Amino acid sequence: MSRASVVGVGETEYTKRSPRSALQHQLEASLTAIADAGLTPGDVDGVIPIGITGAPVEEYVADFGITDLRFSAVVPHGGASAVGALQLAGAAIAAGLCSTVLVPFGRNTSSGAKAGQRIHTMPQFHFVSEYERPAGNIAPAQLYAPMARRHMELYGTTSEQFGEIAVSTREHALLNGRGLMTKPITLADHQASRMITDPFRLLDCSLESDGGAAFVVTSPERARDLAQTPVDLLGSAMGHPDSPSSITQRPDLTRVGVAKAAALAFEAAGVTHADIDVAEIYDCFTYIVLCQLEDLGFCAKGEGGPFVEGGRLRLGGELPTNTHGGLLSQSHMLAVNHVVELVRQLRGTAGAAQVAGAETGLVTGYGDMGDGGVAILRKGTS
Amino acid sequence: MTSTPEPEDIAAPYWRGAAEGVLVLQRCGNCGVVRHYPRAICSACQSELVEPQQADGRGTVHSWTVTHHAFDPRLADDLPYTLVTVDMREGVRVLGRLDGDTAPAIDLPVRITFAPGLDGTPVPHFEVETS
Repeated sequence: MSRASVVGVGETEYTKRSPRSALQHQLEASLTAIADAGLTPGDVDGVIPIGITGAPVEEYVADFGITDLRFSAVVPHGGASAVGALQLAGAAIAAGLCSTVLVPFGRNTSSGAKAGQRIHTMPQFHFVSEYERPAGNIAPAQLYAPMARRHMELYGTTSEQFGEIAVSTREHALLNGRGLMTKPITLADHQASRMITDPFRLLDCSLESDGGAAFVVTSPERARDLAQTPVDLLGSAMGHPDSPSSITQRPDLTRVGVAKAAALAFEAAGVTHADIDVAEIYDCFTYIVLCQLEDLGFCAKGEGGPFVEGGRLRLGGELPTNTHGGLLSQSHMLAVNHVVELVRQLRGTAGAAQVAGAETGLVTGYGDMGDGGVAILRKGTS
Repeated sequence: MTSTPEPEDIAAPYWRGAAEGVLVLQRCGNCGVVRHYPRAICSACQSELVEPQQADGRGTVHSWTVTHHAFDPRLADDLPYTLVTVDMREGVRVLGRLDGDTAPAIDLPVRITFAPGLDGTPVPHFEVETS
């Protein structure tokens, strides 16, 4: 039985070098999500801002005229924070702490520091900053590349298999209409894209982008009275890899946090892998999708390469994945856009990329150096 | 001699060693488990007791990346450079530069040295061991 429902989603335009600030993106996406739900800004009584660019909740209290904010929190797990916030919102609502939680995200990165600079302001990266950055290990691509390389050496996983993820995700972005990337790519384009840090080529890497995304969570009872078909949170779990703050010291480089969360989330949701009609998998890099598919249990460890072949992740495939274009080709909204897309898919309003008859779906987060979150949602009855 | 250092000093033995070109690890003064990177307490027994242990210096390659993009403009002249993750004999890992022309491979035997990195910070370098 669901204890919370997502009732509103919102996004801004996705661009590069936006003249609008991170706060403006957050407020705009939030207002869109609140209106989508059929609520007014003052109805919000809980806020969980996402990411290091998140405005303090006091901004929302003032700007939205919230007279009785009852719950606020921060989930400090980078790209796993959106799924973590969804879980936390559900728990806070089920516990009676508040009734309606806003989860906003917005950023302006193109005009600011790049990821390779941002992470070194964050305490969870201090081992990297102190011991590895001076050697030239600076950006997330470099931190995660040895994970992918180890997987390739142990299991024979190939760059072409990473490329299949890049190509299918781009196809979906073209259908989405909001995607920053507007040209199709082929596997040959992927293979010809310049090497950034082996084995990651340019087209294995996600975007630096500007914009905002937000969603609104409330109780299933209240959800039935609102504007949209509710999407119920069936189950969720968070998991952290061993040696969470140093990949170098991690016992198994090929496993990430969702490996510990997946079984808990499926058990809580009361569904099996065969029930998942659509998946939105955190895709900061192509390999991270492949790794999570294994850690989620869609295939065994080491079988992710063959698993993604043959169009399995494409629309019409067995497991349509990142149907909005993801962080790779739509926009890097720290997976808040993944939650938004899953909600649209389960409402049946995902447009040209709609998975026919989608009723149950899964969204993951992957944050910092492997913190993971899994949430399983289902179309509710209005 | 076992000591209980101030928290801000837990990394000092490592950096003194690095400046002299040797890898210094932490060995728990209670249970003997060797750890890296420097931490305030032992992950196995939670003891604060710690003593420095100079590493053997030899290890084998666990994984790697070859970087072709200058994420810091000061590294442009180094491109491409190889960062290796190395399993040291003591059971911990070290990340550093792989020197020389040998292609990295899992289990490739290597030996640690140190050389100045960004801002002059001493960083691990690895040379392939020829037996």
